[in-house]
Amino acid sequence: MINSIVGPFIRAIFFPLFLTVACGLAHADSRIVATGGASNIEGSAGGGVVPWAVINGYGSSDEWAVTGMATGVFVDDFTLKVIGASVSYDNRVELSFARQRLKLDSLGGDLQQDIIGLKYKVAGELLYTTMPQISVGVQYKDVDDFSLPSAVGARDDSGVDYYVAATKVFFDALWGRNVLINGTVRATKANQGGLLGFGSERNNRYRYMKEASVAVLLTDNLAVGMDYREKPDELDFAGEDDWQDFFIGWFVNKNLSVVLAYADLGSIAGFEDQKGWYLSIEGAL
Amino acid sequence: MTCVLKRRVWSFVSAILLLSLLSACSSQPATVYEGLGSEPGLAAVVDNLLERMAKDEQIVRYFQDTDIALFRKGLTEHLCDVADGPCEYGGEDMKATHRGLNITQADFDRLVQLLIYAMQEEGIPIAVRNNLLKRLAPMYRDVVYQ
Repeated sequence: MINSIVGPFIRAIFFPLFLTVACGLAHADSRIVATGGASNIEGSAGGGVVPWAVINGYGSSDEWAVTGMATGVFVDDFTLKVIGASVSYDNRVELSFARQRLKLDSLGGDLQQDIIGLKYKVAGELLYTTMPQISVGVQYKDVDDFSLPSAVGARDDSGVDYYVAATKVFFDALWGRNVLINGTVRATKANQGGLLGFGSERNNRYRYMKEASVAVLLTDNLAVGMDYREKPDELDFAGEDDWQDFFIGWFVNKNLSVVLAYADLGSIAGFEDQKGWYLSIEGAL
Repeated sequence: MTCVLKRRVWSFVSAILLLSLLSACSSQPATVYEGLGSEPGLAAVVDNLLERMAKDEQIVRYFQDTDIALFRKGLTEHLCDVADGPCEYGGEDMKATHRGLNITQADFDRLVQLLIYAMQEEGIPIAVRNNLLKRLAPMYRDVVYQ
């Protein structure tokens, strides 16, 4: 387990550095620590499995930010590995990329998908306005090999998720600590986030899913909280459950953060009760 | 399945509520001003902040023509007032003092960051820091892009 994740993690740290040098971006990090959130499994800034309204990294107005991340989710019969990167500008717009690889430990083989995300802040400021920060986003998802998703009844090998997220930090909200609350509504056709394709033989409609996160900042650098993500259940061959995780995020500084979580992903492709650890590291510039 | 998940969410929320009740029993300073260490404590935070502002190229350029002693007095009085201390800020309102400066969000974020660093270095407890930030945060709309 350790060896298999060290490689991606090293890449995660060097990737933003490489990008910054390569693009010659004038980056800066005026925003305060932890306000960029973590990178979710789809590459968007957020909690573990939920995209938030926050913009990745610590860039403020007229500033660039670059992040790179690597994530591993190790549940009973599956292992999900994700590497990703993002570029954001003006604390306004975020462009992200993620490559997910789901190893089917018990079945054998793997599934892979690429996700390109775009997020745009439309209103509010996370810390300063009564109105929450509100962002809209799209995630274009494309499965590499459609044979398995097709065999289990998925209609398409690619799809687009649309979401609206509202996030706010409440200062001094709970025993003197700051509390972050996020709510997201996602329109999606994705089965198991897209790894099992999009739509089903029966229908091709968008489903509207509710997602939420709560986090308490115990110190300036340490957050504990949970994510909840409602999911559709469209494929006939096996049930699909909502996802949830309980996390602890250590924002070491504005360049490095680590999130450890315990995730309950429910039933996946006929394997019930998939639970296990989630570990993610993000480098930011 | 969903029932189990809901129970978990509920127990998590209950744990937070219980912790918040427990924390209410511990003694707190009467005001944020006292939490900051009253007059000497506030003065130390202000001086620490001013030093950081002077070293920050992006911030210091707004203070080229500023009488620092006067600014220090006004800032101290304002923070004392905001923190429920025994002062009344008699200066101009935030909108008026920042008019025409075109202070950006990045400037505001940096200043918040410097204030947090200053309070951390002066040993202000996190609950007091967060309470002061809560009182200052709404000033954003009167300070930025005026």
